[in-house]
Amino acid sequence: MIYLDNAGTTKISAKAKEAMMPFFDEIYGNASSLHMAGQIAKEHLESARTKIAKAINAEPSEVYFTSGGTESDNWAISTACKFGALKGKKHIVTSAIEHHAVLHVLDEMKKQGFKVTYLPVYENGIVRVEDVKKAITPETCLVTIMFANNEIGTIQPIEEIGKICAESGVIFHSDAVQAVGHVKVDVKTLKVNMLSMSGHKFHGPKGVGALYVKKGTPLFNFIHGGAQEQNRRAGTENLAGIVGMSVALEEAVEEIESTSKKLTELRDLLLTELSKIEHSKINGDKVKRLPNNFNMCFEGIEGESLLLLLSDAGVCASSGSACTSGSLDPSHVLLALGLPHEVAHGSLRLTLSRYTTKEEILTTIKEVKRVVELLRKMSPVWDSLQKGGKHVI
Amino acid sequence: MLYSEKVMDHFRNPRNVGEIADADGVGEVGNAKCGDIMRMYIKVDKKTMVITDAKFMTFGCGSAIATSSIATEMIINKPISEALQLSNKAVVEALDGLPAHKVHCSVLAEEAVKAAVKDFYDKNGISYNEECLKSGECPCVH
Repeated sequence: MIYLDNAGTTKISAKAKEAMMPFFDEIYGNASSLHMAGQIAKEHLESARTKIAKAINAEPSEVYFTSGGTESDNWAISTACKFGALKGKKHIVTSAIEHHAVLHVLDEMKKQGFKVTYLPVYENGIVRVEDVKKAITPETCLVTIMFANNEIGTIQPIEEIGKICAESGVIFHSDAVQAVGHVKVDVKTLKVNMLSMSGHKFHGPKGVGALYVKKGTPLFNFIHGGAQEQNRRAGTENLAGIVGMSVALEEAVEEIESTSKKLTELRDLLLTELSKIEHSKINGDKVKRLPNNFNMCFEGIEGESLLLLLSDAGVCASSGSACTSGSLDPSHVLLALGLPHEVAHGSLRLTLSRYTTKEEILTTIKEVKRVVELLRKMSPVWDSLQKGGKHVI
Repeated sequence: MLYSEKVMDHFRNPRNVGEIADADGVGEVGNAKCGDIMRMYIKVDKKTMVITDAKFMTFGCGSAIATSSIATEMIINKPISEALQLSNKAVVEALDGLPAHKVHCSVLAEEAVKAAVKDFYDKNGISYNEECLKSGECPCVH
């Protein structure tokens, strides 16, 4: 199996898996207990927190463990909105290409009377800093813009946006689920107030994540109960998961430069070779993107059949077509780039990991070329285009 | 698995793919915007009014390709009158079921057959009851 869906989830690293094992039946104490077993667990918990903090240049007390990226996003947005509402500020600035863990929370906020400005991303999939500046009003309580996009991998100008937000006194949250462990994330230079991350996106376990909250940023409880996480996030800590995540992140950050170099080369090989397919298009900026992200559209074919045939050939991929998104519309991210529906249906996302080999990429190139040709042969859309129709890409 | 083995078989090994250059009727239904287009070609024996051959071309997901494939099998060597009875339900049953959000693909297959027959009737000046050839609208609205 050639697994190229690492933006979806990753396999756990051997080191992280090994680090987790003692926490199931040896170090199983509750970190809130005063006895020896509890205190040993507590030490491991805090040591994991320090590792995570170091990886993003934060203080350990600024790291809160959660159940994953979705919870971190929900918590960050709801807390900023609650604080905003107290001050009579009910306006949020975001981008058109956020993950649903942000967009659907904002839909809930709209029901509570908040107004949301969705910034465009233009053809390259990147928010313009001047648009952020223009969108902020005295009513704005939150700017939430993702670090790197999950579909097209484009990296947003977080540092510049952070600067504007700091100058305007607006809380700035960034969903960095796709970025942490993949590109350098330094919360001090970025000037973010809150930043979400998720363990299973960088070879850690699923079901665990963290929210960075800059000291001094108001933070309301989102999950109520016990006094865990500085009395801010209740529930007995998932210690095995937290330790696994911290080890995985430490490992990813140590290897970040060599991984990035290797993946950029492999990704560019995919882009160069598959761009040779006629009437295809690379989605998102070619340079300002995650090293492991490939996303292209192939005219005249539909994404789900492409995925199923690639899966038959042993290649696990992803697409933004309507059929794979479970709705009638193709991905909101591809539409935000200005792609017409019929082209967006034919998208292919391949996301690499440090375990991906060149042989796997060469096989994938061969299989994608074969499957695209096969599907185009039976496509009436392609047939019409070949007989004089107007190509869009 | 998302799909039954039957669906996967018709998707992986579609029957009667391609075009019929001298087709007696061609019908195209669906909308690329929605992600599905089916084009159906039929050859008809004008004496017996039996469909002697059918081929298809489809742009769409796995179930769109599978429903087109099985629909051609279900109308070849059948009199037109019988082909017009082909319902989307029969297509779904023949494929051992489709996921709920994919049932519209079977509707498209039924519509494609009817559109091809309509084209044949029109080309040959054969009168027909509009009701029998009625095809619904694409279920997605843009």
